[in-house]
Formats: sequence, structure tokens, C-alpha cells
Amino acid sequence: MSLKYTAEHEWVQSGADHVTVGITHHAQDALGDVVFVELPEVGKHFKAGDVAGVVESVKAAADVYMPLGGTITEVNEALRDDPALANSDPLGAGWFFKVRLDNAADVDGLMDEAAYQALTA
Amino acid sequence: MLMSSLTPLGDLENACEFESRHIGLTEADQAHMLSVIGEASRRSLIEGIVPASIARRQGMQLPDPLTEAQALQELRTIADRNVLLKSCIGQGYYGTHTPGVILRNILENPAWYTAYTPYQAEISQGRMEALVNFQTMVCDLTGMPIANASMLDEATAAAEAMTLARRTVKSDSQVFLVDQDCHPQTIEVVQTRARPLGIEVVVGDVVALLPHQACFAALVQYPGSTGAVHDWATQAEQLHGQQAALCVAADLLALTLLTPPGEWGADIVIGSTQRLGMPMGCGGPHAAYLACRDAYKRSMPGRLVGVSIDAHGQPAYRLALQTREQHIRREKATSNICTAQVLPAVVASMYVVYHGPRGLQRIAQRVASFTALLARGLRELGYTLLHDTAFDTVSVKTSDRTDALLARARDSGYNLRRVNAVTLGVSLDETTTRADLEALWGVFAATGQPLPQVASAEAGIDTLLPSTLRRHSAYLTHPVFNSYHSETGMLRYIRALSDKDLALDRSMIPLGSCTMKLNATSEMIPITWPAFAQPHPFAPADQLEGYRLLDEQLRQWLCQATGYAGISLQPNAGSQGEYAGLLAIMAYHAARGNSHRKVCLIPSSAHGTNPASAQMVGMEVVVTACDDQGNVDLVDLQAKCEQHSDRLAAVMITYPSTHGVFETQVKDLCALVHRHGGRVYVDGANMNALVGVAAPGEFGGDVSHLNLHKTFCIPHGGGGPGVGPVCVVDDLVPYLPGHATAGVPVNGVGAVSAAPLGNAAVLPISWMYCRMMGADGLRHATEAAILAANYISVRLRDHYPTLYTSDNGRVAHECILDLRPLKDSSGISAEDVAKRLMDYGFHAPTLSFPVAGTLMVEPTESETLQEIDRFIDAMIAIRDEIRRVEDGTWPREDNPLKHAPHTAAAVLSDGWSHAYSRELGAFPLASLKRQKYWPTVGRVDNVHGDRNLFCSCVPLSAWEAASA
Repeated sequence: MSLKYTAEHEWVQSGADHVTVGITHHAQDALGDVVFVELPEVGKHFKAGDVAGVVESVKAAADVYMPLGGTITEVNEALRDDPALANSDPLGAGWFFKVRLDNAADVDGLMDEAAYQALTA
Repeated sequence: MLMSSLTPLGDLENACEFESRHIGLTEADQAHMLSVIGEASRRSLIEGIVPASIARRQGMQLPDPLTEAQALQELRTIADRNVLLKSCIGQGYYGTHTPGVILRNILENPAWYTAYTPYQAEISQGRMEALVNFQTMVCDLTGMPIANASMLDEATAAAEAMTLARRTVKSDSQVFLVDQDCHPQTIEVVQTRARPLGIEVVVGDVVALLPHQACFAALVQYPGSTGAVHDWATQAEQLHGQQAALCVAADLLALTLLTPPGEWGADIVIGSTQRLGMPMGCGGPHAAYLACRDAYKRSMPGRLVGVSIDAHGQPAYRLALQTREQHIRREKATSNICTAQVLPAVVASMYVVYHGPRGLQRIAQRVASFTALLARGLRELGYTLLHDTAFDTVSVKTSDRTDALLARARDSGYNLRRVNAVTLGVSLDETTTRADLEALWGVFAATGQPLPQVASAEAGIDTLLPSTLRRHSAYLTHPVFNSYHSETGMLRYIRALSDKDLALDRSMIPLGSCTMKLNATSEMIPITWPAFAQPHPFAPADQLEGYRLLDEQLRQWLCQATGYAGISLQPNAGSQGEYAGLLAIMAYHAARGNSHRKVCLIPSSAHGTNPASAQMVGMEVVVTACDDQGNVDLVDLQAKCEQHSDRLAAVMITYPSTHGVFETQVKDLCALVHRHGGRVYVDGANMNALVGVAAPGEFGGDVSHLNLHKTFCIPHGGGGPGVGPVCVVDDLVPYLPGHATAGVPVNGVGAVSAAPLGNAAVLPISWMYCRMMGADGLRHATEAAILAANYISVRLRDHYPTLYTSDNGRVAHECILDLRPLKDSSGISAEDVAKRLMDYGFHAPTLSFPVAGTLMVEPTESETLQEIDRFIDAMIAIRDEIRRVEDGTWPREDNPLKHAPHTAAAVLSDGWSHAYSRELGAFPLASLKRQKYWPTVGRVDNVHGDRNLFCSCVPLSAWEAASA
């Protein structure tokens, strides 16, 4: 199960009929302690590149972008209650939202692990 | 035989004396500093820094300087041209009695008015407690769960409520409904604000318009501007039914008697706190407020003080949720607001602390009773009133006698409100006496008609407040509002809070970009003269001759200082001046049929208010690059000018740059932008390096704003009041903001502040400064400021490199110390150094702006060499401490920097267990044993504070638990 990445430091994991989206370790490290996350509304549709949410630390507030066009199917309520999950487990329990893609094949256009490592090197 | 040498009389009169009071460096000091930096003279220093292409061609034309006594006398004759009647105009401004203990110990006390915005929480606990009291006062009275630490005035607060609602509600309507009985100046400012954002403002009878009129929010006034007290609960339901919000402009004094908006469905509540102890001041300064429902809190504009804990688990105040603000979110900020109205907010909160809930209610009940009595008497005299309900205001139907009655009132010493051709308004307040009621009846009575008697109500009188809206809920129950009702108690509470804070009255505050210079006492004295403090902003123009002349002279002198042709003093903060300046540019393009010109180029190094203001006027922000010297990258700017050439509206630059450098190619930059049809906005934040030396209006700027609370001596007050004049070249003069409500013609740009002169009552401060310094004095101040910054840069360069210098190694009036390499070598951050400076008795320089990991130092011209050297010694000592971490003497996680600041309790604790001594923690220099400022809390936990947001008075139990 390999992850894909965006240039805005989000990871995308493919599931059965949806993808899961979160922020990378690099992102949470740059932000510092996360104090608040604003998650999108379930059922809302976004185009790729739209702002789907916001992640705030004490020193920064960063937009969370839709990596691909699709509809939000689920958001991580646990993250809403405990924003620190984005720091402690960004790739696991700190996931942000799940999306039913307009076009499943879009995932192939994202960066793979090697390309993302190169970006953050 | 004695030879007598004669001294010219002029020298003995010493008209320039104030210059040496304001500039802290003597001639001998300056000579010494010049030799340290290797410069022959002040002249050669300036000539080496300021590019010859932009140096002023001629000096400023200002009157020759006066001594302090002479200037005060001249200003007194100007002030006395104001005619003081008793104003019963209302319309948002009311008479009030400022308690003497608050006037002398806060408004007139440098410990309070020279403080800066409380970004460094550990040395600002006093004023933050006063602001938490303010927030709690607003929440209690409005019945809303959260309130911020002040807005600029009621009208701009209403505009912010409009955009807050638009950001938050689910409705996608673009219509904002405004009730016709809102204050007219509020309606005007809201309309100005809405226009560029594509919001359609519909003004009318909200009761009749809802529920059919689709909108995203509605604004109502409670009580109404003409006096009626209306129940808006039905309208709240109707709005919520269409996913829209109810915004209420509410009178806080009335809310002691009326059911508060939070109890009948309001989503956002705004208003003024002027009548809680701040003089009317011809329109300002005073604090406004904004309160809202919990769901809106992360989108609230303005500063919010929150409660967190410090490193020792004690309750500690801090600025919360700062990531929403302009300095971080930039063009996505909730607002461009930066400076607020902190000093007047503190006054209002102390007024409420002093009166308490019962005292406040008594004042409100008296006002309401006198109003009922006035109404009864007017009816006895045969008049009909517009409304059956009232708190403090009655509107009287006067048919064709309106102007005759207005004149008669004036002859008796009263200003009434001309609501329209057939209606007069009378508003009463805390200062209203029985004699006033009798005099007012006398105005309305026909010749020979018997007058009503006050004595008829001696046993009490029912108010005209609707019985269905009488307040039953308690308010102001926290002990702080019920403990300080004796003057002795109040005095000591005020003193105890100010003792916790580090302001300019104790030490230098070398904050880059803030210009913390002297706020001289003789500059401050006039602001509380009754002639300046008492006038109502909408009094007849012939009673405001003093203010008119003050405005005219100050504008003239500021034009001389900036090289511009026209200025407006209406904007009441730098952010508002910036906003007005950008509106002028947009109006200019629109007048030429070029409304499509919307692109605004902004360098990445710009202050956050720049992009925040640009998006408020409907511009599209395009960020341009800076080169690795921190200068505007002209190649990138040229490319972007070409790319957006037919849609270019403006470029916004700061000069000298936010990096402290006089970029040599600024004239080319201006010419480039002009060639592509854009106008140049020069942010005036760094004006302290320009006055008398270079003028933005001369080197290519089209519009600038100034910060009178930086360059021209208005004190920072802990975060306001400010004044942000907007200055323009000749062809943009028509687009300066007008003010229809006050009779100032509008030509493209409507009112941007509730009052036509904005924070009028603090304008005398800048007038005095200019009058006592004269042209040469102002230029000397600029030169001394530049010399001081270069001296610090040179003396510290072996310890902390200066990040950006010009080609000859010089800086402007501030320098950026690069601490980033230290993070790698020792783990010590710039923030650690900022906190350690507190132990040395200093407020840190500007932390991590404009570059993360740095400290930007601006000494200003007012500091003495002794204090500057004391700062340098502290920074050098701190560098030695860092060295001991680098070489392993102290662990990275246990050293005086990581544990800074050190409170008395911490160093005296039996549990001290650090790798360094207590003495080193508290007294790193022996001189501190003679004179020590103690931070009152340890390092504040910011993460805890934002994760657990709490913005009201700390319950007593928390204090008790902390000290157990």
C-alpha cells in the first residue's frame, strides 16, 4: 500500500472506493504543535486544488488542499477533538478526510515516495 | 579686568530646547558613536545611506520650533476656538464622567500609555488582565460567549461583523440587510466596506423586509438610533431559518436594563464603549467591541486575550489564536486590523470594575428615568414623540419649527440632533442633571407656557423600556467587578497591574518597525483639555473651529514631511490608512473606466497588513520575489508588471524596506510601475528613517499611509489608539475619504471611520511634536535614529551578524540580527533570546519578522547612549551564555535561556535543580541587583492556550489552586 504525495505536503492513500488524505511528517514538523483543524463538510464536492480545510498551529495557519477532484465521504472526528494527532501520528490516526474521487485514475498523476523525498530533501 | 563674553539672547531663550529633550543622544554621544562605526560625521553617514537619487531636494517648510511652554500656549488658543455646548446629539456618542482615579492613573500614566501590544506575554500580564476584564464585561453585558479585546469604532466593527458573517454562514446570498434606524455613520462605513467586496447592502425596515428578503445577515440597532427599543427575536428566527446571521449594534449601558442580544438569538454583537468613561473627543479615541457565538470564534477579527498556563502551571494571559491575524494569514486574514484601541478599552474596563454591576445599573436607571421624565414633560408641553419606547433618546416631531428650536437650544447652551426636517432628537447620559431637563423643557416650551417640574418624579418614575425586554439575568458577577469600589482599592489594583508590565517608562523597547520613541508629557497634556475632550463629532461645524484649524495645520506639516499634496486624518489606524489608500487607487482606476485593473503586486517581505488590506478592496494579490539581499527583485517585478500590464492596479512597497535597507533603485521601480499604468503605494511604517531626509511623494510614491503612533509620537497604549493618515499626490486628492454623515463631500470613497476626524482627540500629540521640533529638529531625529541603529549593528556584529546591509555595510533606522546559525550550534532559538532579555530587564526586539529566526532592533532617536549600551551589554552577555551551551558547559535543555524568563518565585523555590545558579538566572549582570524588573510569570505555554481556548476572567478557584 504505497502512498502518493502532493507538492503541498499532503499524502494520499488509495482505498477500496475512496482515498484517504492527510498531511505529511514534513508538514507537521514545519507547522509545530497543531492546535486546531478545520475539516470539510461531508458530502461536499471540491475540485482539485480547492481549499478543503485549514490546519493551525500557534505560529501558522496553512490551507489543506484537495489533491484531486471528488466528494468528501468521511472526516476524522478524532482529529477534530485532538488536533495533536496530526503531530504524533500524521500518517495514521492523524488522517484528515476521505474522498470518493471523480476519476479513480487521477491518483496515478500524483508524486510517488521517491519524488516526494526529493522535494523535501 | 574681567572680559565679558556675550551670549546671544536667542541662545538664552533656547527655542530648540525640546529637540534635546526628545533626542536622547547628546552631541558628544553622537560623536563617540560615529567614531565607533567609522563615520566622519552625521552628514556623511546619511549621504552614504540614502541614495542621492532620492534625497530631498529642499528642506521641510515648517514653522520655527517653540519651547514646550510656548507650544502649549499656542495650542491652547487653537483649542479655545472650539465652542463647548452640552451635546445631546447621541447618535453613538454620549457624555460620561471619567473617574479621576482612572484619568490620572491610566489615561495620563506613561506606565499604561507607553506599553506595546502584548506579544511578549510574560512582561505584559497587567494590561492583559485589564483586557480580559474588558472581554468578560462585554460577554456578560451582551450575553455572548466570546468577545475580543477591542475594535476601532462601532462603524468599522459593524463592517467587520458583516464580513465575519459572510465568511461563516451557510447562506450564499450576497445581500447584507441594514435596518434604517442604525446610526447613519455606521450605515455609511458599512456601504464603503461592502462595495469592493461585491456585497449588496440593502437599507430599510428590517421588520418589513424579513422574512422575504434573502440575505446572508442583517444588522439592527438596539436601542435604535432614534430611540426605539424593539424586540428582534422574531427577526432572529427568520434569519436563522434562511441560514443567515443576526448582527446587533448594542448600547452596553442599556444592556444593564434590557434583555441582552445573546438571549434572543443574536449571532454577532458590536458596539462602542465610549460612554463607559472615555470622553467623546470629537469622535475618538474610544474602544469598540465585537462579541459572537462560539461557532464564529476562529474567524473573529482583532486581538483576543486568552488564558493559558506558564512553565510552572500558573494561570497566565497571552494573545490567543494569532494565526488568524494579518501578520500570519496575510491575504487570507480575517481582517487587516492590527492596532486596536487598547488604552481606551482598559479605561472602559476599569470604569466598569470601579462602578460594578450595581453602580452601572444605577447610572443606566438614572439615564432611563431622566429620559422618561423628559418625555413626559415634552408631552405635557404638547409635543408628539416618534416612539413609545426609549432608553436614553427621544425623537420629537417638530414640523416646521425644527430649525427654530435647534437655534433656541443652541442659545441655551445645548446641541440637539437634527434627525430630519421635521424631527429633533434629544439623548441623555450620565452627565445629565435636573437643571438640564428644566433647560431643555424651556427650549421646547412656548412663551409663557408653564414648565413641567422635575419634583413631580421625586418618588421615582417608570422608564420607557418595554416590560417584555427587562433584563433578569445577572451580569458582572466575577469578583473583579465587585472588589474595587473604594478609590484606595481601585488605585492599588491599577498600580498592581501596571507594576507587572514593562513599558517605555522603565526601559528601551527596541522593537523593529514599531518606533517606540518618546511620548513627551507636553504632547500628552492637551488631549484631556476639555476643549479637545468634550466636543461631539457631529456638533455644528462653527463650534469645531479649533479642531478644523488643528486638522489643517497638522495636514500641512505632514504634507511637508512626506512630499504629498493631500492628506486625510480620518483613518484611525495604519491598517485603515492603508485600506483608504488602496480605495483611492481603485477609485482612480474606476473613474477612468479601468475597473478591471485589480492586480496588486506585493513583495514577499511585506508586512501582513499589506496583502490583508489589498484583498479588502477587491484587489488580486500577486506576490513578487525578493532577492537574497532582501530587496525587491526588480527582474521578477518587471516580469510581473509585463504579465499583468493591462490589469495592473498598484504595487505596495515599504521604504526603506522591511529589511532596513534604502534600496537604491526605488525610483526605477516607481517608474516601471507607472509605465504599466499602476500606482505606487509606499507603506509609511518606516517613516522614521525618512522624515527630513527623503520624501515618498517626491521619489515616486503616489499614496502612503503614516502611523502617527510610530513616527509622530502618539503612544502605543498597549495596542491603540493609533492614527493612520492617508497621503496622496495631487491627482488622487479627490479620492481621499469623505464623510457624508458629517457633511464632508464624498467623491468615490465614502467614510472609512465612524467620525470624520477618526481618533481626533490624540491629534494634538503629533501637532505638539512637529511644533516643538521644527524642520531641523525632525531631520535631526531621523539622523539620530539611523545613527543609533548603525551603532548597534556595528557593536554587535562580532556576536550576531546583521542580516541585510547596503553595499557599504550600513542599515537604515533598524537592523536585523541573524540568530539562525545559533539554532544549529546550540539549539537556542531567537525566542529563547527574547525571553532571556526579560531577565536582563528588556523587552525583546521584534521576533521573527520579517525573517523567521531573527531579531529586528529599532532603538529610535529617543534612547540615551547609556541605555543603548546597556542593551548591547545584555546581548553580548547572552551570546556568552549561548557559547556555554555550544561548548557543552550547560545542557541544551537546561540553561538560563531555555528556562527564561525567571520569576522571583522560581529562583526562590526550594526545588531549584538547574545546571546554573539562581543568581545567574535572576541577576546575570551585577547591575541588575540595583534595579530589577521581575517578569511575573514563567514562559507561557502557547500550545496549551490555543488548544484550550479560554478568554474570560479566571475564576478565583484557579488562582487559589495555583498558589496552593
